[in-house]
Amino acid sequence: MRIPCPHCGERDVAEFRYGGDATKQRPAHGTGDLQAWHDYHFMFDNPKGPHTEYWQHTLGCRQWFKLRRNTATNEIEDGA
Amino acid sequence: MTSFRRTNKPSHIDRSKPISFVFDGKQLSGFAGDTLASALLANGKTLLGRSFKYHRPRGVIAAGLEEPNALFTTGVGGRTEPNTIGPITELVNGITAKSQNAWPSLAFDVMAVNQFLSPIFSAGFYYKTFMGPLKKSWMMYEPIIRKAAGLGVAVPDVDTARYEQRYTFCDVLVIGSGPAGLAAAVTAARSGLRVILAEQDFELGGCLLSSGIEMLEQWRKSQISELESHKECRVLKRTTAQGIYDGNLVVLNCSPQKHPAAMILEQCRAKTIIFATGAIERPLVFGNNDRPGVMLASAVRTYLNRFGVAPKKRAVIVTNNDSAYQTAFDLAEADVAVTVAEQRATLSGDLLAKAAQFGIAIFPSSGIANVIGEKQIRAVRLAGRHAATIECDVLAMSGGWSPVVHLTSHGGIKPKYIEKISAFVPGGFVPSHFGAGGVNGTFGAMAAIREGETAARAALELLGFDKKLEVIELPAMREDRAYSIELQWTVPADKHAFVDFQNDVTTKDIKQAHQEGYLSVEHLKRYTTLGMGTDQGKTSNINALAMMADLRGLPMNEAGTTTFRPPYAPLTIGAIAGRSVGAHFKPKRLSPLHDWHVANGATFIEAGLWMRAWYYEWAGNSPETAYIKEMELVRQNVGISDVSSLGKIDVQGPDAAEFLNRVYVNGFAKLPVGRARYGVMLNDDGIVLDDGTTSRISDTQFYLTTTTAQAGEVMSWLEFLLQMHWIDLNVHVTSLTDEWGGMAVSGPNSRRALQLAFPNLDITTEALPYMGVMDIEFEGVPARILRLSFSGELAYEVHCPANYTTALWEHILLRADSLGIKPYGLEALASLRIEKGHVAGADLDHRNTLDDLGLGKIAGKEKDYVGKALRFREDCQAPERWSLVGIECMEDGKRLRGGAILFAASDEIKGHGRGYITSVTWSTELNKFIALALYNGGLKHEGEDIICAFPLKNENVKARIVSPHFIDKAGERLHA
Repeated sequence: MRIPCPHCGERDVAEFRYGGDATKQRPAHGTGDLQAWHDYHFMFDNPKGPHTEYWQHTLGCRQWFKLRRNTATNEIEDGA
Repeated sequence: MTSFRRTNKPSHIDRSKPISFVFDGKQLSGFAGDTLASALLANGKTLLGRSFKYHRPRGVIAAGLEEPNALFTTGVGGRTEPNTIGPITELVNGITAKSQNAWPSLAFDVMAVNQFLSPIFSAGFYYKTFMGPLKKSWMMYEPIIRKAAGLGVAVPDVDTARYEQRYTFCDVLVIGSGPAGLAAAVTAARSGLRVILAEQDFELGGCLLSSGIEMLEQWRKSQISELESHKECRVLKRTTAQGIYDGNLVVLNCSPQKHPAAMILEQCRAKTIIFATGAIERPLVFGNNDRPGVMLASAVRTYLNRFGVAPKKRAVIVTNNDSAYQTAFDLAEADVAVTVAEQRATLSGDLLAKAAQFGIAIFPSSGIANVIGEKQIRAVRLAGRHAATIECDVLAMSGGWSPVVHLTSHGGIKPKYIEKISAFVPGGFVPSHFGAGGVNGTFGAMAAIREGETAARAALELLGFDKKLEVIELPAMREDRAYSIELQWTVPADKHAFVDFQNDVTTKDIKQAHQEGYLSVEHLKRYTTLGMGTDQGKTSNINALAMMADLRGLPMNEAGTTTFRPPYAPLTIGAIAGRSVGAHFKPKRLSPLHDWHVANGATFIEAGLWMRAWYYEWAGNSPETAYIKEMELVRQNVGISDVSSLGKIDVQGPDAAEFLNRVYVNGFAKLPVGRARYGVMLNDDGIVLDDGTTSRISDTQFYLTTTTAQAGEVMSWLEFLLQMHWIDLNVHVTSLTDEWGGMAVSGPNSRRALQLAFPNLDITTEALPYMGVMDIEFEGVPARILRLSFSGELAYEVHCPANYTTALWEHILLRADSLGIKPYGLEALASLRIEKGHVAGADLDHRNTLDDLGLGKIAGKEKDYVGKALRFREDCQAPERWSLVGIECMEDGKRLRGGAILFAASDEIKGHGRGYITSVTWSTELNKFIALALYNGGLKHEGEDIICAFPLKNENVKARIVSPHFIDKAGERLHA
């Protein structure tokens, strides 16, 4: 798989780390009760198909970004 | 008795270049251009191996990598290669090949008795015999059975060959160089785009090499010479496409010629792929169809036309389709008497007329009833209307053609069955994939050439190439004749009618699988071992699937195929490992002080990716005792230790204090400039992520340290928070882990040592109190002194840029030499901190809460911090969690061990216990073994007696739970 880093362009997946589901809204710092954090941290869908995820270009510019990837085919949508 | 001979016909071997080789200890010779298999046949060697289960005599069946039987062990020592496929092994000088699975010799194999025991080795033998009440007997019989059944044997020697990997990109990748592949590659190359042509063989041309037709040979040569003229076209011979992965990543393994590597694994990203992988001929299934001398008809033609190896006098051909007649005519032309057993009742007129011309006898509606001759075919008995017995040197069989749909199926598109050609073809192509020729079920050179060109034009169009290209010139010959086939999948009753020649699966096994309910093709495969092994059923799968479909009364399309997975052909593990072996298995991180450690008698130990100094020669030569001397040095005097592997992060910005106040559980907002503070970070889930010491350098700058193990994780986490969530905070983090080195100067004399090293510096306890930080200059280089202690003694850390770390280290050692300062290693460092009760990587198992580690009280009550909400979830507050305790050994002469399972004194020693020891050391202060452990309920059990069980060494040691702070509980030494 090759991943388009928004800063460096398309690079091999080996240069990146996966950062998990990016569809959830993280409670703002200092807010959110136990239930809100529980839902944010533990409750995930496991979709087959397009999925918005966090990735970091760890072996490059170290930029974190969101990426829309098809979990079944690894196809990456443009302009995620 | 030899049954093969060399012809004088023009072929693709170079008769001016003889090549000598050794087979089973005998010196033989062949020619350049031969394969191991063709040279063995030319030398009259037809008995080439013994079969997997029954040890039946076997010869060569095919002329390509689908070969199930002619497998050899080649090479010697570490370069030994088992299961080398004879028909694709290029004959080179000095090659040494041995037959496999025969003992004591190929001609006389004692295990051949297995064939008479075949009733007990039938399908499901292992499951039935050893999975039921006899399960335990498997342990006893396994080595004997493993020895009796098998292929080549791997050698224990280290493989000395060099393997490499490379990464390439191209616009068009063409896989296969038959007529379709050559036409596709030439068309694509004419565009000037980047083209790769990958061919598994050492010659380009695929089936053209076997045709014996001059016009096709001229066409082949002209295409090859044109390819050579295109600069952007790479032609890779001896290169197998092993798998297609997402993003059009194609794994090619190349055996290069003029290169130090034995094999190069190439990961090629192709914008478009043209599959010109051709088709493989299927055997026919009849009694004793595995006898040496029974071969695929196309293989007989290849040995004849490409290698100039012909059957001595007589050949019988058995077929259900037209393609075998090409073999018949070519054999007749080479003065071989040919008889055809034609399974079909009628035949087209042109074939009949041509056969008559050559004097070929055709028996319609016939098959083979039996093959006579054990180690070499002598005659065949026809079945059907003409039950004659015919003497022959070779029986050439053709059961039709199976397109090579393996690669096109790797992405998950299942092949589909085409009734007209009785074969599976690709079920479809994704937009950047194209197929041409045999893989599409197009049998015929002219049609394949046209399809190759069409596929390449479509690929170029997809790539946006819009210039006009010349049309490929066709060979000057007439059109292909139509292909016709008529199948009889009915299963012969003979128990020695082989379907899978490599795994010794017969028609009887398939019937049995059907009777016992293993109906789906995937079950059939696993129950009978059909299609397993090095050939992965390239010749056998379709026949077996068809038989099962027939037994079930299903159409082929519904029966389906088994799943095609990479690699397409056997692949040496070394090629996958590449250069990542031995010292290069993983990256090695070295401290800037590494060379000094090497030069000064350090023994090293791996800590994650780091190589760290474990202990030094001055303290002894055994890890069990050296660290004790080093500990005593620190407790009584002063030592210096390399702490460069600690994670070091520079945190800067107007909001730096607020940022750290959020990520640490304890407060950092009000940390004064020039002071350091111990801090703990949690993950969002409330579990401890890391601990370390962070100092405030200025209002807007902090110097954060992490544990060695978590340095990368913490850095990434801080970046994640700043870049994705707290974008309103003006903070930047920069890793200094590799840029700065560090050393700990520890012991009651450490201040004196530093005072000697930096005589002009005021480091009195007033100027630099415990947890004080001071930026200094050392010979014009910035450095930082942090008064903090891992050992529990008066101690300092001195950090400076990595390039100067050795100079600074040597400077301190030199100036403080009068005190007796010496280096101490990782073992002593870790032991000192265990005595002090500091947790480290071994104790932090990514399941600990703050309270588990006894650190709950440091967390801010009022302020918010990462992980606060989930820290208080029910599970994390449970009373009986595994929590940090200290342990003292209560038995003289016995020792505690890391990983020991802990039981209460009254417990039965069984199961997972109440906890385990995470770190252990000999305590020089207490004169006994002590440990840190995680124990159910933690310090609630302080003072209780426990048993430390270590079943691997059969040890049960009495111990007691104590506070994890073994020394200086009041911290007087730290503040000295």
